Amino acid sequence: MQIRRELDVLQRLEFRCPMSQSESLSPPVLNVTPLHALHVRLHARMAGFAGWDMPIQYADGLIAEHKWTRQNAGLFDVSHMGQIILEGAGAIAALERLVAADIADLAENRTRYAQFLNNDGGIIDDLMVTRLPAAAGIERLFLVVNAGRKAVDVAHLAQSLQGSGIDMQVLNERALIALQGPRAVEALKDRLPGIEAMAFMSFMTIGAALITRSGYTGEDGYEISLPASQIDAFANDLLDDERVKLAGLGARDSLRLEAGLCLYGHDIDESTSPVEAGLAWSIGKRRRIGGGFAGAERIQRELRDGPARKRIGLLLEGRQPAREGAQITTTDGEIVGVVTSGSFAPSLERCIAMGYVALPHAGDDTQLHIIVRGKALPARIVPMPFVPHNYIR
Amino acid sequence: MTDVRYTKDHEYIRINGDIGQIGISDYAQKQLGDVVFVELPQVGASFGKGDQAAVVESVKAASEVYAPVSGDVVEVNSDLEGAPASVNEDPLGQGWFLKIKLADKGELDSLMDEAAYRDFLKTLD
Repeated sequence: MQIRRELDVLQRLEFRCPMSQSESLSPPVLNVTPLHALHVRLHARMAGFAGWDMPIQYADGLIAEHKWTRQNAGLFDVSHMGQIILEGAGAIAALERLVAADIADLAENRTRYAQFLNNDGGIIDDLMVTRLPAAAGIERLFLVVNAGRKAVDVAHLAQSLQGSGIDMQVLNERALIALQGPRAVEALKDRLPGIEAMAFMSFMTIGAALITRSGYTGEDGYEISLPASQIDAFANDLLDDERVKLAGLGARDSLRLEAGLCLYGHDIDESTSPVEAGLAWSIGKRRRIGGGFAGAERIQRELRDGPARKRIGLLLEGRQPAREGAQITTTDGEIVGVVTSGSFAPSLERCIAMGYVALPHAGDDTQLHIIVRGKALPARIVPMPFVPHNYIR
Repeated sequence: MTDVRYTKDHEYIRINGDIGQIGISDYAQKQLGDVVFVELPQVGASFGKGDQAAVVESVKAASEVYAPVSGDVVEVNSDLEGAPASVNEDPLGQGWFLKIKLADKGELDSLMDEAAYRDFLKTLD
């Protein structure tokens, strides 16, 4: 048999990203996170992901880690992601030229989802933006970007900030972990008192820790940035808590899919616009009218006239999964779209998929087929998220 | 007395007279992770040695399973439809995929016995 493991699928991301691909042509020396020794000690199955040797799953396996996170608290090492600080007068205005989100309107210590856009309105990367408290009146922003796009993002930022006097720091000496799930708050507040009072998508610092109440699973939870030198002790202490178990990138992917969240390089890329991708909610009202960001022409046109295709969620009737790249057809066999992510959904015990479908066929409850190895699998368009979000409001 | 043979691609075939029961090895199920679906052939289908005989799906990935030897399908494990996890729990028992009537018992000579397969696994990783 040709063994294809969870990680092989995740690795395809590398081949979608030009920067990572060129890296993969050089000798495969993978970066390691400050928690690498911990992963190996706990028998994680490791694999190369966006140039990093990352844990895909631990001994309990993907489904157990997924369910544990939905019910308790899953600890994810996401230190491969890029952490960037922009600092200086005009940093907010400078970022607003690259994203369609309203950054000027973002209060201090608040976090917002955004996408770097190219001039054609395609998505260079998606990211989290936090407005840090101004230091001596100087604007400061904290960005978290995808590992596979970090090099592209940093080059993009460097080019657009050239001569602006705005300082960009890439925080390579920091680790990042996510603690996700309904019991994350209980486990974390014993160690970082005060975090229980944080609002969803808010930020605080405790000592050297940069903490946001956010995540990529649809659950309540936190992302915590710490200096690399402190992360091993912090993670080990968390793992002593009976509510906390490690979860790998495999479970992170199945959790985000159930939550209806996009994975860069799969569900969104340089050809997809945020409007097609169903991310128009992240475009500020002022910005829809005022424009002034890369790709505004396409975004404003699609907001006005509607996009040609739309990202939709599909619930499959049977137990056979559909994968990325599978064609979506009408029940008469007309090709109307393509699957961009597909998986067994452990929380639903059903198969789900995400994909793009031509607008006339993209309405909720539309019956469609997904073609898998020549067989037409019946599926129905359902609203996303597939599993309700469990955020603190 | 049954005889189990393995391929380098981690399929096994358990020989009982001229019937062979085919599945994937314990090593293979561990590599795949949680199995959520197995696509099985029709009873009556014919396979040559090395033809794709089934597809096993884990949460995120699909992997092809090849026929270790030639033969005609005489039975498939329809219990897998409701309990795909038995491939993980008991790959050489409850988690079997299909049974074939062997076309040429001589083809078994090219496969590894238990001891040879164990040695082969040591050369991986």
